[in-house]
Amino acid sequence: MNRRQFLQTGGALVVSFSIPARAQKLPGALDRSPQLDSWIRIGADGGITVFTGKAELGQGVKTALLQIAAEQLQVDMQAIKLVTADTALTPNEGYTAGSNSMKDSGTAILNAAAQAREILLAEASKRLGAPVTAQNGEAVTADGRRISYGQLVEGKLLSVRAAPESKLSGARRFVGKSIQRVDIPAKVTGGVAYVHDLRLPGMVHARVVRPPSYGAELKSVNTEAAAEMPGVIKIVRDGNFLAVVAGREWEAVQALRALRAGCTWTEQAKLPRDVYATLAAAPTQDIVIADAPPVSGKVIEAAYTRPYQLHAAIGPSCAVARYESAGLTIWSHAQGMFPLRGAVAELVGLPAERVHCIHLEGSGCYGHNGADDVAGDAALIARALPGKPVRVQWMREDEHAWEPYGPAMLTKVRATLDGSGNVSAWQYEVLSNTHSTRPGKAGDLLAGRYVEKPFQPSPPRPLPQPEGGGDRNAIPLYRFPSRVTNRFIPEMPLRVSALRGLGAYMNIFSIESFIDELAQAARVDPVEYRLRQLEDPRAREVIKLAAERFGWNAYKKENAPQNGHGRGFAFARYKNLAAYVAIAMEVDVERETGDVRVKRVVAAVDSGEAINPDGIKNQIEGGILQSISWTTFESAMFNDTRITSRDWSSYPILRFSHVPTSVEAHVIDRPGEHFLGTGEAAQGPTAGALANAIAHATGVRIRDLPLNRARLKQVLAA
Amino acid sequence: MTITRSSHIRSHVVLALFVMAAPLWGCASHESVSQAEPPKSFPRDQIAKGQELAYIGNCMGCHTAEGGKPYAGGTPLKTPFGTIHGTNITPDPQTGIGRWPLEAFTRAMREGVDRGGRNLFPAFPYDHFTKATDEDIAALYAFVMTREPVNRKNLGNSVPLPRASVSLWKSRYLERGVYKPDPAKSPEWNRGAYLVEGLGHCGACHTPRNKLGAEKKDEAFAGGEVEGWHAPALDSTSPSPVPWTVEAMQTYLKHGVADLHAQSAGPMAEVVHDLSHVSDADVRAIATYVVSLDTRNADQRKRAADAALARARAALAQKGNAVYDGACADCHNLGRAQEGGALELPLGTALTIPTPRNLAYIVRDGILPREGERGGWMPAFAGALTDEQLTDLLIYLRALSGQPAWADVAGDVRKTSKGKR
Amino acid sequence: MKLDVNGSVHDVDADPATPLLYVLRDNLSLNGARFGCGLGQCGACVVMADGEAIYSCTTPIAVLEKRKIKTLEGLGTAEKPGPMQRAFIEAQAAQCGYCIPGMMMRAQALLEKNPSASDAEARAALQPHLCRCGTHTRILHAVARAGELMKGKS
Repeated sequence: MNRRQFLQTGGALVVSFSIPARAQKLPGALDRSPQLDSWIRIGADGGITVFTGKAELGQGVKTALLQIAAEQLQVDMQAIKLVTADTALTPNEGYTAGSNSMKDSGTAILNAAAQAREILLAEASKRLGAPVTAQNGEAVTADGRRISYGQLVEGKLLSVRAAPESKLSGARRFVGKSIQRVDIPAKVTGGVAYVHDLRLPGMVHARVVRPPSYGAELKSVNTEAAAEMPGVIKIVRDGNFLAVVAGREWEAVQALRALRAGCTWTEQAKLPRDVYATLAAAPTQDIVIADAPPVSGKVIEAAYTRPYQLHAAIGPSCAVARYESAGLTIWSHAQGMFPLRGAVAELVGLPAERVHCIHLEGSGCYGHNGADDVAGDAALIARALPGKPVRVQWMREDEHAWEPYGPAMLTKVRATLDGSGNVSAWQYEVLSNTHSTRPGKAGDLLAGRYVEKPFQPSPPRPLPQPEGGGDRNAIPLYRFPSRVTNRFIPEMPLRVSALRGLGAYMNIFSIESFIDELAQAARVDPVEYRLRQLEDPRAREVIKLAAERFGWNAYKKENAPQNGHGRGFAFARYKNLAAYVAIAMEVDVERETGDVRVKRVVAAVDSGEAINPDGIKNQIEGGILQSISWTTFESAMFNDTRITSRDWSSYPILRFSHVPTSVEAHVIDRPGEHFLGTGEAAQGPTAGALANAIAHATGVRIRDLPLNRARLKQVLAA
Repeated sequence: MTITRSSHIRSHVVLALFVMAAPLWGCASHESVSQAEPPKSFPRDQIAKGQELAYIGNCMGCHTAEGGKPYAGGTPLKTPFGTIHGTNITPDPQTGIGRWPLEAFTRAMREGVDRGGRNLFPAFPYDHFTKATDEDIAALYAFVMTREPVNRKNLGNSVPLPRASVSLWKSRYLERGVYKPDPAKSPEWNRGAYLVEGLGHCGACHTPRNKLGAEKKDEAFAGGEVEGWHAPALDSTSPSPVPWTVEAMQTYLKHGVADLHAQSAGPMAEVVHDLSHVSDADVRAIATYVVSLDTRNADQRKRAADAALARARAALAQKGNAVYDGACADCHNLGRAQEGGALELPLGTALTIPTPRNLAYIVRDGILPREGERGGWMPAFAGALTDEQLTDLLIYLRALSGQPAWADVAGDVRKTSKGKR
Repeated sequence: MKLDVNGSVHDVDADPATPLLYVLRDNLSLNGARFGCGLGQCGACVVMADGEAIYSCTTPIAVLEKRKIKTLEGLGTAEKPGPMQRAFIEAQAAQCGYCIPGMMMRAQALLEKNPSASDAEARAALQPHLCRCGTHTRILHAVARAGELMKGKS
């Protein structure tokens, strides 16, 4: 039964008699943190605090959660204080990742707030001897008698375990509306918005001297020049970990340069010359995640590649740490405060209970970037300067060279076609490293690996389906039977971890490119070809909507490329569990230079119930542009020993000149449906649509990412 | 043609002389070559060869307007004789050269005459292209004829000279004949000489010109001007404090930067961008020839290099200029070997050439790679520095290089401000 | 050293070679200008000096003594946002928001000189600025809207 059906029954709390309430699964993250007052607290003064274990990453989750809570508690959004991931205060919701925030935290808060409201109203009704309704933080009887929430809450009223089901308010004062984001005003007026803005009394500034390459050893360091520089307070060395601390930030930067110049490193890294050959030859653990018997018929096959790609956050990672006898406090923008706490505690040798990790925003991280590592750096340096808040800011070169990258991947696909050109059997394999090396443990933090007594990193492991890692979205949603193999490679030539979408970006690029190749072989329009083999009605609806709003049929007649102009289409349901996205776009390709300009993009998205439709649009538009950048520009560069993509000049990304003329996202709102994660849903279909548009524009199919100028020129000239 | 504002006045005098003598050349015209059907196809390897030669010749540079379609013309070239626009050399039959047979194309490259028989102004450097072999010209023909045809009418020129007058110019300055190898030199040197003197037309920028806009042959590669920038001397008067080696020059031409010498900027950045696509062997040949233009012997070069390096180290150790220390030193004092570092300035040619203009452009506008491509990056300081502050900084940088002061830095800074190129 | 920032003159205790970015953030506790690269490649640090957009990460305060510096904080406050800020809030032109102040300052410099700047001119002006979240199209809408607000249209 979904929420809408439940609301229509108009029932009160429903308790199932066949299964003990305790054993029933609680909605969303309530299951892991079942106490209501882990999520909602009301003070005697009526002040309402809502707690979430998730973090604001710029995706608008704070606003969406406030909308949900305000709706169910029937108060104004401004009346609620929202506390985000904090190991001392909030539930442990793991990482803010996988586009799970609305599904997990949103669902938990939806139900917790509804249940809290009902408990308060029941208490009010008891005291006032009459039925009551909730109005602006008060319970009010028909004849106007009222008690505020603050007066109702006494002792442990909300210290109860959540129930498996809730009486949800059907009000839509906030939900379903594009309420303006609560964090934007501060960001555009110079308010304190990020961990980078934290200024504590007595705070000092540190910079870490990172090695020139993976595994390099600090043979010797002459600290004289740096130690004598103005403002330098301390130089911290522990094995190959080296940092300098100064009173002022610019002093720290200057000292960093001097210290770096005094270092001699022994380098030993051996980076692969031919990434794809190296990965293809590496030992694998093969996991069949979907199976179907082979079938005979006409066979078409293709192989695709994707290079290492960077998160490359605009704001290099930053953390502040203070080490005191009572314990260690860290302010960090990492995606998981609780996992970070464990790793840092191990790193500095403290029990976890004495480490307090507080999330403050960073710039967009798009997955596991340097945020956890810099927190580790800060902890180590703070331990060397007890009592002093230590702020560590990574330099641009640190972030580019040391963050874990999105792994390079290879895919192979093979389809058997029936007489009509439809797929009768499908075989797919994806070759990839792990897509998560998140802490975890001290050995998963850079500092942990470079200290004198290094910690061991967690062994790499494949993330299981249905979420998946390299095999995320490897199983096509289409209705044909498929055999899909996840070929997991434990050995990692470069440092890798989760980059937004994980394997979905590459798998959807591969699948959707290949579907177009099959459509072409069958001489069927690409949109029509997809609809023929897709049964999921919500999938069909986004496809039709995107095609209609784009004006796809107007292009149907022309299959020949016209002067480098073309259009392409792609579809996917993120993780086959989350949001549905279909994208159509048109591009211009300049053959002589290989330059690709995306002109117009039209997307349709179904995220279930849209708490904040504009928030969904923002994420989809952003995902489209980010994916255009990945797909047409990006691959990490390195030589035999060192990463050479160290700043924006050596890792160029999308600039305004290549921003499409227009990007539209059309949201299908389904009130009452489950919330479907949206933050990572656009990247894969964008890559597919772009590849298909380029193929249409040039008549040439390119299967190796990125589809950049050099590759296009090379392929088109051949 | 010489492209500086200061030679404008001289050129008007010259102009007057030409115009007065015009009747003498009224009969100096050429036959037209009959139109041909646009050729359909060429062997793939011939096109590839032509592509490489087009990179060497940097054809895109003059024949593609900013934001325009490749080879469709429209680039304005300011000369002391007026503005000339690069023509449409795509194979469009109406507005391009689609109906030009090979014969006509060859004549244009060697003689500076178009299909219709009109003289071409030597802004098109046929005085260099004339040295190319038949085979290479045919390959270039195959290349341009297989580009995407673009319908774009050629823009007019503002040169008040009759085209016929160019015949006199050619009779004095056009030395016809394919390049003849020097048997005393290596094949690599000869290949380099062929490319540099021919399609590469390096002298067109790097050699000073006379009042009639012709290169001064007795001052070959002694330095020239292009689009407001100074093209440094490549002969023994080379301004590079450390004399160029073949390795350094090869690196520079391929990648745009050589640690002890220079970072390519302005028009040279475009040349380097094209050369980055050329084979290592040809780039090395070009480097070999260019370095040989500096006739100092090994001993003289070594002494010059040692002195320059010592002076540079001493200069970098200085402190006390807050602007340099705050704006430049953080990157430039590290040298390129260090993370985030940049060219060590005391050795950079932009500081040692006779004019501060190049450095003024570089500091104001920065050096950026082409969008989406990797390359050296220097931020722009326009807006951050007033003209006075820029002047002071340039004077300081010149002193860092150990060279005698520039003549009128303030005046050159004024001349280089936006819109005045 | 005296610096005129957003109309107030501050006596700043810092080495004249210090880039403005660090003085704004550390000495004056202003958050608008942000550290993105320190190399003049991303634009997150951009502020205005005498109406010109400058990279505060590569401009030492030594050259700014007589200039009028304007930062994000000079465009308005949370209680009374100026037209550029109102436009960005209206357009919800931010995801993580880290690049946004630099964009706004560059746009402000553009519109103060040319209040009717076209979309093409805005794109060209913003070319030095990077946004990793992909907020570009909203930023362009916000800049266009700011132009209208600055011209007094409602």
